[in-house]
Amino acid sequence: MLTLVVFLPLAVCAGLLLWPRPVSDRVCTGVWIAAAAVDLALAAALWAGFDPDGGLQYEQRADWIPTAGVGYHVGVDGLSLPLLALTCVLFLAVAVYSLRETRRVRAYACLFLFLETVCLGLFSALDLILFFVYFDLSIVGMYFVIAGWGHGERGRAAALKFFLYTFIGSLALLLGFIGLYLAASPHTFDITELAAADPLAGRGAYAALVLLALGVGLAVKTPAVPFHTWLPPAHTEAPAAGSAILAGVLLKMGTYGFVRIAMPLLPGVWREYALAFIVVGAVSAVYGALVALGQTDVKRMIAYTSVNHMGYVVLAVGAAGVLSGTDDQARTLAVTGAVTQMVSHGLITGALFLLTGVLYERGRTYAVEAYSGLAGPAPRFAAAVAVAAFASLGIPGFSGFIAEFQIFTGSLAAQATATALAVTGILLTAALFLRALRQMFLGALRLPPGSPDGRFGDLAVPETTAVAPLLGLALVIGVLPRPLLDVIEPASRAVAGLVAR
Amino acid sequence: MNRNLTALLPEICLVGAAVTGLLAGSWLPRHRQWSVAVLAAAAALAGLAATAHTLAADGEQTVFSAAFAVDAATGAARLAVLITLLLLLAVSAPGVRGHRRESEYWVLLMLSAAGTLALAGANDLLMLFAGYLLASVPAYALAGFAKDARGVEAALKYYLLGALFGVVMLGGVALMYGAGRGTGYRQLHTALPAAPYGVVAVGLVAVLAGLLFKSGAAPAHFWMPDVADGAAAPVAAFVTTLPKIGALIAVYRLLHQAMPADTVDWPLLLAVLAAASMTLGNLAAFFQTSATRLLAYSAVSQAGYLLMAAAVATRSELAQQGLLFYLPAYALTNLGAFAVVAELPHARRLEDYRGLARRRPALAAVLVVCLLGLVGTPPTAVFIGKLEVFSAAVDGGYTWLAVLAAVNTVASLFYYLRWLAPCFRPAGDEDRLRTVLAPSGTWAAAAACAAATGSLVLGLAAGAALPLADGPLLR
Repeated sequence: MLTLVVFLPLAVCAGLLLWPRPVSDRVCTGVWIAAAAVDLALAAALWAGFDPDGGLQYEQRADWIPTAGVGYHVGVDGLSLPLLALTCVLFLAVAVYSLRETRRVRAYACLFLFLETVCLGLFSALDLILFFVYFDLSIVGMYFVIAGWGHGERGRAAALKFFLYTFIGSLALLLGFIGLYLAASPHTFDITELAAADPLAGRGAYAALVLLALGVGLAVKTPAVPFHTWLPPAHTEAPAAGSAILAGVLLKMGTYGFVRIAMPLLPGVWREYALAFIVVGAVSAVYGALVALGQTDVKRMIAYTSVNHMGYVVLAVGAAGVLSGTDDQARTLAVTGAVTQMVSHGLITGALFLLTGVLYERGRTYAVEAYSGLAGPAPRFAAAVAVAAFASLGIPGFSGFIAEFQIFTGSLAAQATATALAVTGILLTAALFLRALRQMFLGALRLPPGSPDGRFGDLAVPETTAVAPLLGLALVIGVLPRPLLDVIEPASRAVAGLVAR
Repeated sequence: MNRNLTALLPEICLVGAAVTGLLAGSWLPRHRQWSVAVLAAAAALAGLAATAHTLAADGEQTVFSAAFAVDAATGAARLAVLITLLLLLAVSAPGVRGHRRESEYWVLLMLSAAGTLALAGANDLLMLFAGYLLASVPAYALAGFAKDARGVEAALKYYLLGALFGVVMLGGVALMYGAGRGTGYRQLHTALPAAPYGVVAVGLVAVLAGLLFKSGAAPAHFWMPDVADGAAAPVAAFVTTLPKIGALIAVYRLLHQAMPADTVDWPLLLAVLAAASMTLGNLAAFFQTSATRLLAYSAVSQAGYLLMAAAVATRSELAQQGLLFYLPAYALTNLGAFAVVAELPHARRLEDYRGLARRRPALAAVLVVCLLGLVGTPPTAVFIGKLEVFSAAVDGGYTWLAVLAAVNTVASLFYYLRWLAPCFRPAGDEDRLRTVLAPSGTWAAAAACAAATGSLVLGLAAGAALPLADGPLLR
């Protein structure tokens, strides 16, 4: 069942690619939307049949390369199921949004279907090599999206930077995996077996090096300061749909790696160096917000708020590794907050990036000061952006508040100073979003000179249909968080327990 | 003494077919000389069948006073070489078909393949040198086969360097013989610990020099880019792929079987050579504008990754598996890329590949699979090979080498992408496309697709293939 959910998009992609006759753009997008919708339905069925207290479920195991200790092992628990669902939701939203795409639609649809399989595969993988395969392929897929559908020559340069930079991260990750593999006896890449065996307990410097490799690999992908410099150009030059997936799903691969691999597999060193992650997280949160404040390009600004939001997650996972002065409940809360933040950030930032895509399409620029008074001609667009911006800065009633509240409450006991510093990030994000909103939507109407038809149309039906559900879900989670938290909490309690052992 | 000739069936098939082809080629009219290629393919298939039988029936043994070992390494080499030979026949077909000396081309190819097999199985220094000659001499002729200025220059350079390294290697063999009072690996293994240190060290370095030349590793790699660029693309595919398989297995066998671990610190020597090879190859490949030169330098860097396994030959149990899996994986992936070059003979520069994705989507897909495969992107076979080799290096205590290899892998991505990027750019004018991206024939395209598919399948089915690389080496 899980395998079906993962590989359904790939099968559709192969079918679309190998179909011998030319396919019209509308049919391509139609097939893409249908595939994404079916996959979402299947994921919903997974969720319906999921028992929150049942640990890993829907597990499947098959030998892949037994002599090298590699197996096809998949399964979901409370950490991965919300991300799996998020992936399906976002890819469907992106498919609907792309109804207006006109450039090489067949290849575009195939690429996104391929990426969907890769993302779903990563969140369900329970084998390090399987995880790595998807981790690497996500880079390849996103490279082609940015290089092929980005903004011209600069797009290709940004894509190259993205590929090279994140590839360094993935190879560091691979070295870390090899370190884990060699430490285990018998040698294995299986995550559950490694978590049970804790092969690096008491291995001193060796374990620290493995954690360093994993930490760098995951931090590049997350991205945490100082490994974040690939993110702004990649986001700015990518097409809106690509940005939404990059921010909404691909960044989560890094943070998910922390809770799935680094924490349970290296509990001893994780506790030892938890402070480093707390510091990196707090610095990312504050630095990301500060740099975002200085941006004049709306897409870069949102990209830097991603650095800020992911900083909270890193802070929380670091705090979950501090035993002194904390209790189980606080650590569990921190991990739950981290996972909730991943989901929440995916929904809200995905929506924000799709909305900047709308902005670019109408005005051909991302510069904030080029626009003014857009609320007049485009009230629905203004409302959507305002809602998304408020959700992003963590106003109560939206998912961001639930997530950040848990993160800060859970982390406070572990490291009060760092947490207090990180909280200022919220203030900064509030300032920058309010400033951008005032500039772009209020005042007299002014459009950039490059805008194609001299007017600013409101959200079209596909755009509304793509964005509204994302914001709606963020609202639902903000008001009724229980169903989501019920799924996440048992799993984060398990992770916190594994770290504390 | 074991004189079981049936153990050598794949080699005998190739040599027999070569001799038959040579004789037949002298009488066959030009339009019928293709039958020699068919003969070569039949010999390769027969060899594959014999190898499969040996592997299935546990026919491991040493023959002729243990001068030749038939074991897991030989089995893997035979599979890799013969499959590579089959693909090379297809890649060469469009260019050589109807050529005045067509049958000679096929014969030279078969002889060189037989020499490569002899290198891989050699368990005796003299056998090793004979294999070196048999693998090299036909290759010189192949490099200059087109008889144009660039080809002749390439052949001359290849020949001169080959002769130099051959002589050095022969000197090394003599020194080792003097030090170990024998040329068989078993004899050397027992006698070398008591031999004078300096003689063994110089002898080993000299023998390695010849093998490094064949595998295109630094510092004996200077011929590689010139030959790959000067000779026709199928020949370039051949020189960067086939000899490497034999030479690297020979290096591994020599170090693992003949060298006692505590006489000369050869692991460090090999680690340094590996580091130099991958780094120099990558740096040189960075700003190449010619596709074949780029692939040639990439082949140099790949030799570096492969030498990592040789460096930890006796220090990690994963080394043998890694090497024996990486070699065929590399051969398939590299051939796929070269087959694309052979299929588009007028596109020499990277810029010429503009618009390939629109015009020939299948070839663009092959390039994506093969070039990203050479980087080591999963799920292609090279990824598993790299995974194994990196694991072996870390396991053998050379973590710095694994880190360096990882850094090099990222660096290599840059130049492979420099080639891939133009493929997906809009083409511009139609006329240019028609002339520059003119196909050479269906055989090369088919070989390209087959190699790319093979590289993917081998990666996904690594679980079935890896056990073949397991098994003790025989002395």
